[in-house]
Amino acid sequence: MTVMTDSPAPTTNRAPRRRKPLGTRAYKVFRVVALIVVVLFLLAPLFWMLLASLKTNVDIYDTAKALVFSPTFENYANVLQRNNYFVFVVNSFWVAFVSTALSIVLGVPAAYAMSRFTMHRSALVVLMARVIPGVSLLVPWYYVFSNLRMVGKFEVLILSHMFVALPLIVYIMMSYFDSLPLELEESAEVDGLTPIGAFRLITLPLAVSGIATAGILSFIFSWNNFMFALVLSGAKTKTLPVAIFDFVSYASIDWGGLMAAATVVTIPIMIIALFTQKYIVSGLTAGATKG
Amino acid sequence: MSVLNPPRSAGTRRTGGPARSGGSFSAWANRHRKWLFAAPAMIFVGVLIVFPLAWTLYLSLTDSQGSVRAATEFIGLQNYLTVLSDTERFWPAVGRTLSFTGVALAFEVVLGMGVALLLWRPFRGEKWVRVAILLPLVATPVAVGMMWRLIFDPNIGFANQLLGMVGIPPQPWLSGQDTALGTTIFMDVWQWTPMVVLILLAGLTSLSDEPDEAARVDGANAFQRFFYITLPLMMPTVIVAILLRGIDALKTFDILYATKGKGGGSFHEVETLNVYAYGLSFDYNQYGLSSAVLILFFMIIIGSMWLLTMRKKAVSK
Repeated sequence: MTVMTDSPAPTTNRAPRRRKPLGTRAYKVFRVVALIVVVLFLLAPLFWMLLASLKTNVDIYDTAKALVFSPTFENYANVLQRNNYFVFVVNSFWVAFVSTALSIVLGVPAAYAMSRFTMHRSALVVLMARVIPGVSLLVPWYYVFSNLRMVGKFEVLILSHMFVALPLIVYIMMSYFDSLPLELEESAEVDGLTPIGAFRLITLPLAVSGIATAGILSFIFSWNNFMFALVLSGAKTKTLPVAIFDFVSYASIDWGGLMAAATVVTIPIMIIALFTQKYIVSGLTAGATKG
Repeated sequence: MSVLNPPRSAGTRRTGGPARSGGSFSAWANRHRKWLFAAPAMIFVGVLIVFPLAWTLYLSLTDSQGSVRAATEFIGLQNYLTVLSDTERFWPAVGRTLSFTGVALAFEVVLGMGVALLLWRPFRGEKWVRVAILLPLVATPVAVGMMWRLIFDPNIGFANQLLGMVGIPPQPWLSGQDTALGTTIFMDVWQWTPMVVLILLAGLTSLSDEPDEAARVDGANAFQRFFYITLPLMMPTVIVAILLRGIDALKTFDILYATKGKGGGSFHEVETLNVYAYGLSFDYNQYGLSSAVLILFFMIIIGSMWLLTMRKKAVSK
């Protein structure tokens, strides 16, 4: 980046390489050790969860068998078959998918208008949704929807998840549209496109990766959402986080089953995250480095 | 660019528009595209926010309880007086909310800055470290809570096994009255430090190398360069990270409810304002009281955000 600026100063040659400070090697060793510690700290608990999900409950209680044991898939079989987790997986997926799709349809044009016409006050209204405590929304929603006999239906759950997804999408897409040059649309309009046509044919195709970013994050947030589903879902629409929570309310905790259930919830979202890493990072940091 | 501007204005567009696009609807839509695009989302969010907020405000002035459909009486500010003089549940919950957020944020920002600095310059195996950072971040909080419940189990948990190896006596962790809140803070730090790392790393990568190199040429050591060059330049980003993370930390619910259940445990040891308000609403059906708690909670959130935004403006200057 510095090479691009044609300043005459000799510092742009990255001169400092020639004299290495004494601490450089020590720092390199420190950095490797520190990074290993960080990675272990972050991954060990997840690894432990995975191990426990492959153990019988007898093995879980036997601390001598912390790492060495004969793995079993019994917990997974129990969770998926006896406890109907397949249904909850489908529910979670459906709610996350529909609420994300609808939020994109509503949110992308709104973000575009807010970015191009600098509607700061309107943007603030939408972003307020990220600040308000969810509980204060749940009481009125619950009242209205139970009067309409809709609590426990997918529509209500999807609506409540959209409430989280939409502000997120507007927020990410606004900073994305801010970064797209105005000139492309302008020249398209000079060539005879209407403003909406320019948005549809020029800007939208350019914004696909931004939309992917916003969509993936919104899907993850919806998949992980617990509180709204805890109040608004019913027996038929229960999502995975609520299903795990219900797992513990039985008399004694079936640790193996619980860990298998927890793994079933987190694995799909982690696989998605691994393949879309770039998008997630850019979405989470959207707008964070602006002045 | 100023030469290109006139064709963008609606007036010129209308003269050429209808001939090509036909219907007057299209012309109308193009003229009003600002609100046409923004209105659906705003109406959706507005209806789902404004109405519930107004309702919460109204409920907070009534004695609503039991069933939301039961007849209620207007009792003025009585709920607020009850809540504000409640030293058994409300004020301890305020204290826990603020200390949970404050301590968690302090750890997350300091550790986050440390890890971001480690990752700043490219190195081999960077990809794997980035994956490790991403995984806690996307993991479902309720599942994460369950995972820590097993790890922190006083009898069979890995945490006490680990302590045993270095000769430290076992701790009660989540089941201890004094240790539960600290343990949940630890869980929050594990899950959300990566978020702070990502934000700070984005900030670091967008910094220009020149001030740092100039200081290096002038003979400043690594610590001096960090505290006098990098950190001041990073302050706006740090505050954004605190702002984004702080809002969510104040509202933490999932891991607290998943690990300690109703009322934040039998001694309310992890009962923050959000858990308290949820419990009042959906475990005890005290809608009037819970609404008053929520309004006060909301004011605390807005207040802290406002303070941080002011701070950011001062720093950015």
